[in-house]
Amino acid sequence: MNSIYMPDQVAPAKVQEQPLIRYEGVTKTFGELEVIKGIDMSIYGGEKLAIIGPSGSGKTTLGRMLMTLEEPTSGIITIDGEKLWQMEDKRGRLVRANEKHLHRMREKIGMVFQHFNLFPHLTALRNVTLALTSVLKVPKDEARERAAEMLGKVGLATKLDEYPSRLSGGQKQRVAIARALVLRPKVIVFDEVTSALDPELVGEVLEVIKEIAEDRETAMMLITHEMEFAREVADRVVFGADGLIVEQGTPEEIFDCPRSERLQAFLGRFR
Amino acid sequence: MWDWDYVYELLPKLLRALPATLGAALCGFALAVLVGILIAIAGRSRFRLLRGLTTGIVDFIRSTPLLVQLFFLYYSLPMLTPLAMSAFATGVIGLGLHYACYLSEVFRSSIDALPKGQWEAASALNLSKARTWFSIVLPQAMPPVIPIMGNYLIVIFKETPALSAITFVELLMRTKNETSISFRAFEPYTITGGLFIVVSLLLSLAVSRLEKRFKNRTTA
Repeated sequence: MNSIYMPDQVAPAKVQEQPLIRYEGVTKTFGELEVIKGIDMSIYGGEKLAIIGPSGSGKTTLGRMLMTLEEPTSGIITIDGEKLWQMEDKRGRLVRANEKHLHRMREKIGMVFQHFNLFPHLTALRNVTLALTSVLKVPKDEARERAAEMLGKVGLATKLDEYPSRLSGGQKQRVAIARALVLRPKVIVFDEVTSALDPELVGEVLEVIKEIAEDRETAMMLITHEMEFAREVADRVVFGADGLIVEQGTPEEIFDCPRSERLQAFLGRFR
Repeated sequence: MWDWDYVYELLPKLLRALPATLGAALCGFALAVLVGILIAIAGRSRFRLLRGLTTGIVDFIRSTPLLVQLFFLYYSLPMLTPLAMSAFATGVIGLGLHYACYLSEVFRSSIDALPKGQWEAASALNLSKARTWFSIVLPQAMPPVIPIMGNYLIVIFKETPALSAITFVELLMRTKNETSISFRAFEPYTITGGLFIVVSLLLSLAVSRLEKRFKNRTTA
């Protein structure tokens, strides 16, 4: 009753006018290689955006730039209208963001990695509580409670005190999802979260993501090769290739009537 | 030749020098670990000046003999600055700084071996730099190098005779003093050598115990 937000009172994502996240003319070059060649796109509050495309099309880099793991070569990313990688100095000039600015902005962003990246020396529970207590300064007991609840939500209520080495890949990834989710970011980047899993473990992880996707508060950037999953969960799908957005639209538009040849050929490989 | 009566008379005298010797080695080792960690952290700083400065200092200390450093700290530093320290304190700082430079390289390679994903996960969770170091990086980088740290502890212990050069009465100095009273060398140096062996073995035993405990903890 006294929870802070009431999911059913939040307006549907598409009605909101101001996007939560905006990429404007974003490029990224690694040495000689231009991975992102100029991207303009938006993610709205609570929206589930799937990003699909061939390997090496720069999908992961898009997510990593949002998580501040990779700095764009040019262009601007904003969150809630505030620039992510730039800030104003004392004289009002736009300068490169410092660690303090990034730290503040990161509170709105979470990420789940392809290779889980759990902390192997900490139990599942400690993996989830660590940032709660040390970054958000949540009292220990409350952090424990919230973490245990979140681990329960991803089906790991009995694994709180297990170390990651004792968990299966699917269980590890579910801990990682709980770890990101418990901080209540405004957007979570899911970077090919099932690509490193044994085929029989993919289902349980996708099931969990589908469940948490019902919460309209958190936006999701789903970088994925799972087309059925993207169709089911996403509000909107972006198809990228060679560092550019080739096509975007609703799942029906993208999967049922692809317009570009690139997308038709790409989807053809999944049929 | 070998005089047992003399041995029984001598042994307690030599044993009395052991606590100070072991104390200097343990304090020096603790300082070396602490400073070694700080050097390893500084070596990963985003400030190039700090990185350059630490590499410079490490190279400088590693390419001069410990004995020269001890002389400098004990005799020259008080002339240049108001810093005058006891022989024990000078010895601990000398040993600590000298071996910190070697240990920092051990820590550095262990830190470098940590998967990049650990740093990225820490960053994605918005952990502060300090929290990332002390809760994520060091707890994973330190246990694998416990055996190497143990080696350095024994090396430091065996280097304590160098402290006699700055008037610190450690085991060897005490032994020398005894030989100059009795004019016998056989028993005193043999006993001292034996004491070094016994303590070194005990130290390496303690280290392997510690190593096992950490192994159990991470795989538990």
